[in-house]
Amino acid sequence: MTIAEPAGRAPVRRRMTRKQRRLMLIAAAGAVLALALGLVLFAMRDTIVFFYGPTEIAEKGVQPGARLRLGGLVEEGSVKRGPGQQVAFAITDGKSVVQVSYSGLLPDLFREGQGVVTEGIFQGGGRFKADSVLAKHDEKYMPREVADTLKKQGHWQGEAGAAPAAAKP
Amino acid sequence: MIVEIGHYALALALGVSIIQALVPLWGLSRHDRALASVGASAALVSFALVALSFAALVASYARSDFSVANVYANSHSAQPLIYKLTSVWGNHEGSLLLWVLILTLFGALVALSRNSLPPRLRAGALATQGLVATAFLAFTLLTSNPFQRLSPAPAEGQDLNPILQDLGLAIHPPLLYIGYVGFSMTYAFAVAALIDGRIDAMWARAVRPWTLLAWIFLTLGIAMGSYWAYYELGWGGWWFWDPVENASFMPWLAGTALLHSIVVMEKRDALKVWTILLAILTFSLSLLGTFIVRSGVLTSVHSFASDPARGLFILLILMAFVGGSLALFAWRAPLLRQGGLFAPVSRESALVVNNVFLATACATVFIGTLYPLALEMVTGDKISVGAPFFDATFVPIMVPLLLILPIGQSLAWKRGDLLGAAQRNAAAFGLALLAALALIAFTRGGPVLAPLAVGLGLFLVLGAGFDLGERIAARASGWPAMFSRAKGLPRSAWGTAFAHAGVGLSIIGIAASAWSSEAIGTLKPGEKLTAGRYTIVLESVSLRNGPNFRADVARFQLFADGRELAPLEASKRVYTARAMPTTEAGIRTQWLSQAYVSLGEAQGDGLAVRLYDKPMILLIWIGSLVMAFGGALSLTDRRFRLAAPRRAAAMAAPAPAE
Repeated sequence: MTIAEPAGRAPVRRRMTRKQRRLMLIAAAGAVLALALGLVLFAMRDTIVFFYGPTEIAEKGVQPGARLRLGGLVEEGSVKRGPGQQVAFAITDGKSVVQVSYSGLLPDLFREGQGVVTEGIFQGGGRFKADSVLAKHDEKYMPREVADTLKKQGHWQGEAGAAPAAAKP
Repeated sequence: MIVEIGHYALALALGVSIIQALVPLWGLSRHDRALASVGASAALVSFALVALSFAALVASYARSDFSVANVYANSHSAQPLIYKLTSVWGNHEGSLLLWVLILTLFGALVALSRNSLPPRLRAGALATQGLVATAFLAFTLLTSNPFQRLSPAPAEGQDLNPILQDLGLAIHPPLLYIGYVGFSMTYAFAVAALIDGRIDAMWARAVRPWTLLAWIFLTLGIAMGSYWAYYELGWGGWWFWDPVENASFMPWLAGTALLHSIVVMEKRDALKVWTILLAILTFSLSLLGTFIVRSGVLTSVHSFASDPARGLFILLILMAFVGGSLALFAWRAPLLRQGGLFAPVSRESALVVNNVFLATACATVFIGTLYPLALEMVTGDKISVGAPFFDATFVPIMVPLLLILPIGQSLAWKRGDLLGAAQRNAAAFGLALLAALALIAFTRGGPVLAPLAVGLGLFLVLGAGFDLGERIAARASGWPAMFSRAKGLPRSAWGTAFAHAGVGLSIIGIAASAWSSEAIGTLKPGEKLTAGRYTIVLESVSLRNGPNFRADVARFQLFADGRELAPLEASKRVYTARAMPTTEAGIRTQWLSQAYVSLGEAQGDGLAVRLYDKPMILLIWIGSLVMAFGGALSLTDRRFRLAAPRRAAAMAAPAPAE
């Protein structure tokens, strides 16, 4: 059993064997990993936000006060601007509708008839208070979650359906 | 014709890469030196062919040749030339070609490098590199051919996504790719070492420059991407814990760990098996990032058009290279000779602690990024994991690591003196703590954690500076002696200090965002809006025409603490080809802080405007630049210029071959 350190320099301290050292290393790494696992499990409980479409909110019996992401199409003719930065609009998946209220600037690509994802608090009674409206990066693409929601409700026409809407000014 | 030449060159490159992959392996197994060295020539030829192919695509873009489907879909004749050229990699096919170009460039650099790489190692690494190139060239040719023709040729192109029509596109992807793909080199060396069944300090010395190079570019690429998102998207945010960002951050964390474990291996001939594993994992994470971004499992500006066949192909590549190398690792790693032992209190132990924390932090990012994808596949539930998750997991793991960083940095190799290291850092720690407390007192009622984070950042900066100062001042008296000692310090010592100080600067910049403020208002000309220290007054809104867009430009008077500065302009553009609007934020930099104005929609006769005060925000990116600079200093360290003593020796003796 060779020890790398020079022997004469540490007369008092007991030298550890290779095995002990390895055990210590594994214990230390294990402790950090356990800490991380604890943090992850703890964070999973209350930092994760579920995504629903309007119909799923009704079907799954989402409780008022729950934080969630809501996605679908902005219903044609539903956007109403209030005083200041207040704006109200409806999100639909062709079957159910949720009324959304929001205060703030809307992203560049927010348009009636287009896909949108919002995050906020479900108020119950088909109302939703959004604190963020997520922007898309490109007019061609539907947020994937929204596309899935529409497919579920049988209202998906594919890219061909999205393109004419995008051509509007 | 040019297009066909490009396509043909790409197909030839695939053939050459197969040779590069197989012949050296055959040579290695037969101990045939001539066959084993074929890899070097093949790597050079392969690079030349891919470069020719890339040049052909660039030429098609420069000439706006819309008979090429790729050019038609992503370019427009009215674009300025610079954006026509950057459009080359502003799409799936072209960016993949850039990926392959950089991959083969690294292969060519290894083939050309005249340092003392053991021939078997070089042959094995080039063969592995050839395998990776083969996979990606096949992927490009079979699923993502950038040279597809259209007939009849359309008269006008569809234009590039306007968000990408920015100088950021010229810089961010190439930097990021050099980083991502650079780690393929460390991966190739790790696999070569496993094939060879031998690994020593020489390996570490050969691999470290490649790791450093990849790390420097990845650092710059991520920082550049973050700054680009900050100024282009108009939300004032610079990091969103978006899966695409995480995809680049994971290899960075693993690569940073690798950089440190390689040092231990080089100096102490220890941590061999772990270093090999880390080298494999780092590139695996790069491949995973490519999969996440390119497969279309996510919707983002990075994913371009998605096609299930591509996703499946990349998944297969990912599984083959990750699974294959891990299997090789499981089979061959027990052959590697165990390394030396080390004392619990020593620099090498501190570096092990660094690796434990960085690997764990990387694992939390991994879980946060992939858990939503896995959950959706299993249960169909869609969830989003965002900043709150990472604040609660990643941050608490990084804080202890950063707290002990300055102490680890001042420990000696082999046998450290913990008490001495703590004493040496006491001054830095005290000063940083004082600054944090003063900040808490000064901003009473404000955030409490942020001043502590500023203190942590300051501790890193001061710790790095004091450590360097001590090395210079120790055993030297008088300025000339100190100067010559400073000059005599290895470049890697300077590099370490700069890189660690850079981390500290970035942390200060991040912490300072706690004091940023934001205001939203609807302004008519003459009305004002105030956020933090800044006030803007809307002066006028006018229409302006760009080459391929129209813009509503709003002009503001800008006041900082009541003092008038030069006016500021922000605009809203509509790109005519796609009828797509973008926001061009107006940004004014004052020392390290910025005023940031972005426009919303016109409402009645008013204009929705958002104003931010972003104190010290530039430190985030300056810190990254300083980190990269530190890396570059380390790269120029003498001991990596292995060629120098060798060449001198060769010159002293009559060299027959040269």
